This record gives sequence, structure tokens and C-alpha cells, in this order.
Amino acid sequence: MEKILIPLLDNELAPRFDLAADVLVVSLIRETSAMGRVEEMVTVLEDPSAEAMCRLAVKAGVQTVICAGIEKEFFDFLEWKGIRVLDDICGPVDVILEAYLGGRLATGQSYY
Amino acid sequence: MPAIDTQLLIDLLSHEEALTLLLDELPAAVALLDADGSVILVNRAYASLTGLERESAMELKCLHALRCDFCVSGCPLMVRDKPMEMCSTNANIISRSREKIFVRLTVSPLKDKEDRVRAVVETLTPLSHHILDETSGSAFGLGELVGRSPQVRKIFSMTPSIAQTDSPVLITGETGTGKDMLAEEIHKESDRNDGPFIKVNCGALPEHLLESEFFGHVKNALPGADHDKPGRLRMAHGGSLFITEIGDLPYSLQTKLLSYMDDHMVHPVGSHKGMRTDVRIMAATQHDLETMVRQKRFRQDLLYRLNVIRLNLPPLRQRGDDIRLLQDHFLKMFRARFGRPVERFSTNAERLLGSYAYPGNVRELRNIIEYAVNFCDGKVIRMRHLPGYMLDGHGLPEGLTAPQPEPPTPVGEDGTRAIPPERWEDVQRKMILDALVKTGGKKQQAAKLLGWGRSTLWRKMKHFGIE
Repeated sequence: MEKILIPLLDNELAPRFDLAADVLVVSLIRETSAMGRVEEMVTVLEDPSAEAMCRLAVKAGVQTVICAGIEKEFFDFLEWKGIRVLDDICGPVDVILEAYLGGRLATGQSYY
Repeated sequence: MPAIDTQLLIDLLSHEEALTLLLDELPAAVALLDADGSVILVNRAYASLTGLERESAMELKCLHALRCDFCVSGCPLMVRDKPMEMCSTNANIISRSREKIFVRLTVSPLKDKEDRVRAVVETLTPLSHHILDETSGSAFGLGELVGRSPQVRKIFSMTPSIAQTDSPVLITGETGTGKDMLAEEIHKESDRNDGPFIKVNCGALPEHLLESEFFGHVKNALPGADHDKPGRLRMAHGGSLFITEIGDLPYSLQTKLLSYMDDHMVHPVGSHKGMRTDVRIMAATQHDLETMVRQKRFRQDLLYRLNVIRLNLPPLRQRGDDIRLLQDHFLKMFRARFGRPVERFSTNAERLLGSYAYPGNVRELRNIIEYAVNFCDGKVIRMRHLPGYMLDGHGLPEGLTAPQPEPPTPVGEDGTRAIPPERWEDVQRKMILDALVKTGGKKQQAAKLLGWGRSTLWRKMKHFGIE
């Protein structure tokens, strides 16, 4: 099972990792390369902060973080913890998730 | 007064190319947005500041282009329940280089005769320093240099006239003497103070990254270069670039920097296109560049090019009464910052502070006072509140009473001390661990207890490898 964390602003990827109050954690169970099951859970952070987000990512056993703007300090921290960070991305969450599942998600891209 | 050529103005403002050229000349970062907040046009300074390519910015919603904290804290573009008015605020953005940049942000609606918002102009000016989160950087106070000794006063008196020129400046001096502060003061006093003050430390970056750090790169020019990077020279457009530890700049890059200083054209790695920028270069070093030239480690022509204005900051031990002045200055600063009722130094503490050699110069004095204010349990800083290593040094004044008899130091087999003298770094590590124990591991509370910002605590924990 793979876990992905996506900071949210409504139904879109939040522009800032450190300012997002809502977080989507997606559990992905791939049965074949194209088929699988996806479970989604939204958590609301009491006090949005990059540290809280990092804590959540580590605690939830996340393997990949998909976000837009993230400070280098926190990017390095997550990578140091073995969590892959795909940053500088924007767009609606469903489109982004679909691109990720299809192996088409790239950093520096707008999915609007 | 000559009549305004209205047609020329209309032509300038109604053609994208002419308007872009016009906006590019502005030192501030400017974005034109439509009434819904989508980007129509950005100028060169905006692209440099955000690290976003102009083409990628088009039609993006402003909040995704800028990634500003103001987007979620009351920006009139996001809050549409009342008529939009001009607003100006301090904010921060996250650039494509993952840097948090503090800015002055102005959002102004452009309205038609019926008072409808037709477009929005967004202007950003970088703020040079985020003071509140800085507790132990290289600053010697809150954006000010302090000193009364003749050597320092001479430098201070020269600063305004140096600031008014656009010539390169080379600042020399031992580590911790305040070279960075002086460069920033020169920038602040210059006509470039509306532009950015960008720092690059040649000693802190691996050699293979320095070229792209200075000059930027285009996408796929280097392994892992998944997007364009503007580089510090372009980020400093309209302002100043301060190069610290220039003696550590590799020889090949010295040539490239020299070429930039001659024609002001930036050539990003992997690009054939040059870009003109307007940047004042200031540099600093603690090394003797003349010796490095003789050893063929530094280009002589680059030294001549940088050496137009040369300032040498004296070491603290040569600044006489400045030690007293600075220790009082830092006492006031840390007393206010940590909210401690510390009032003064005891006579013995003052004698020790006055006689110590300060190999780390003003930075070391600052750290010593920060330590003392943190550890002082009363109103007077006594010998026992000063770091223990100060008593191990030479030049201790005669008759100075040691604060407390210390337990015998374990001695190794070869007769050396098994326990090294207490270092400020070790003390800081202890302080962090104590605070974390006291707060049950809660970092936010620990940061509050230490009088630090959360990100400072995070940074220091990372530095000391505390998980």
C-alpha cells in the first residue's frame, strides 16, 4: 500500500504546504499497474503549519507528498525521512491524482 | 509644460511588447491580473523574485503564481464580499527555489468609470531581513552596526558616500567582524534600497552547484534540473548581490564573474541566450586575496575589478571601548527578546568580558551575551553565567576569582583533557534538549520557552541532529 499526502484548498492543491488546514491522505492499493483501490481520508489541522504537516506525513507513514510551494527546510526534512516530495504543482486534486496514478505527474506543472 | 503625447502613451500601454518593456524597467516586481485574479502579464523582476517563467505564469491564478501567505489571510482578490480597495501589507511568498521571501505587497484594483474592477495591479518589493525569526545569525543587532572606536567611525562616515556610487565593494576582515552587516547597510543607504539584497556564500555551496546558483540554469541543463532557475544574479536585478567568502569561488567561475562584471550579461547554464541585469556587486572575504593571487588561486584581474572600494573591518580586540558598548547593546537586545529581567554585569564578569581575546569577534561576543542572558537567574550577570571556555583562555586578568571550584577534569592516558571545554554549540544543544524535556517534546512550547521562533528551533534541531 502506498500513502500520498496532498495539502488542500477546497478541491484544489493548496498553494502553500505550510498554510493548508485541510489535508488529503490517499491510501493506494495497486492490484495491477492500471487497476487498484483508492481510499481517501481528509484531516483538518487545528493549526496549519509546515511542522504539523511534516509530523502528520511521518506519523501516517506517507511515502509521497504532492504539493505546490514548500520551503527548502521542510522539503529536505521530508526527503531525509525517506518521503518523496513532488512540489511546484497546481491544479484540481482529482486531475492531479489521476495524473499521479497514470504516472504522468511532473513537478513544475499546472493541471488546470 | 510640454503637452502629453497621449497617443504615445496609449501605444505604450496597449501593446503587450511595449508594456512588457516598460514594466521590465521597474525595480519592483509587478503583475497585471484580470478581474478574476488570473495573471495577464508579469515583469522581469516578478519572474526573478518568484522564480516563475513568464510563459508559465500566464493565466495562472495569482495565488498559484505567487504562493503568498496573504492569499489565505484577507487578500481582497480572495475575499469578494465587499468592494475591492487598494491594500498594502507585509507578506511572504515561497519561490520556485523553495525559499521563503519576505515582501511588501500592494494589491490595487484598476476600475472603470462605473467603478467596476477591470484589472488588478500587484506590486512586490522584497524586504531584506526577517528580524523576528533571527536569533543567532550574523546580524549584530536589529539591522544596525554598533561602534564608536575611530576605525569603525571612519568606516561608518564613509558608508553614505560609498552607497551613492555603483562601484564594486570589497570588504575584508576576520570572521565575525560584521562584513555582511556592513554590505547590507551600504545597500540600504543606496538608491538600490527598493531592490533586493541577495547573498550568496561561496564557502557554503558545493562547487558544482555554484555556477547555477550564480547564473541560473534552464530546464534539463543539469541532472535533476526539472525547471528553470533564475540564479542569484537575476534575482538581484535592480539591487545588490553580496558574495561572501569570495576567496572560495572556483577559478573557472571567477572568470565567468569577471565577464559578468564587464558586460552585465547573465548566461544561465544550458542557455545560449544572455540576459542583461542591473546588479551592484559587493564581496567579502576573511582571506588575504593578494596572497591567493600570488599562489595563482585567485584571478588578479578579478581582484582589481572588485577592489574599487575596499573596506577593512578591524577585529574586536582592536576596537577598545566598543567591547563595552557592544556588550551593553546585546544585553538590551536579548533582555527584550527573551523577556528576562537582567540589568547589568558584575565587576568580575565585566573584567573578563573586557580582557577576553574574542577570536570569533562580534559574533562571538553576541553569542556569549545570548548565553549569559539565557542562563542568568537574577538581575546581574556574574562569572558563573558566562561560558566556561572563557576561563580556559589566555590573558585572564590577574586576581580574577574563579566562579565556582570545578570538579577535577578527567585526564586521558596521554595527559590530555578527556572532556573538552564547554562550547556554545554544546550549550545550545543542551538548552534545546532541556526545553524539549520540560515541554514533553512539544516543539512549539519548547520554542516559546527558549524565546525562539518555531522555525529557528526546527533549524537548530536539524543542525544538531536532534529528532
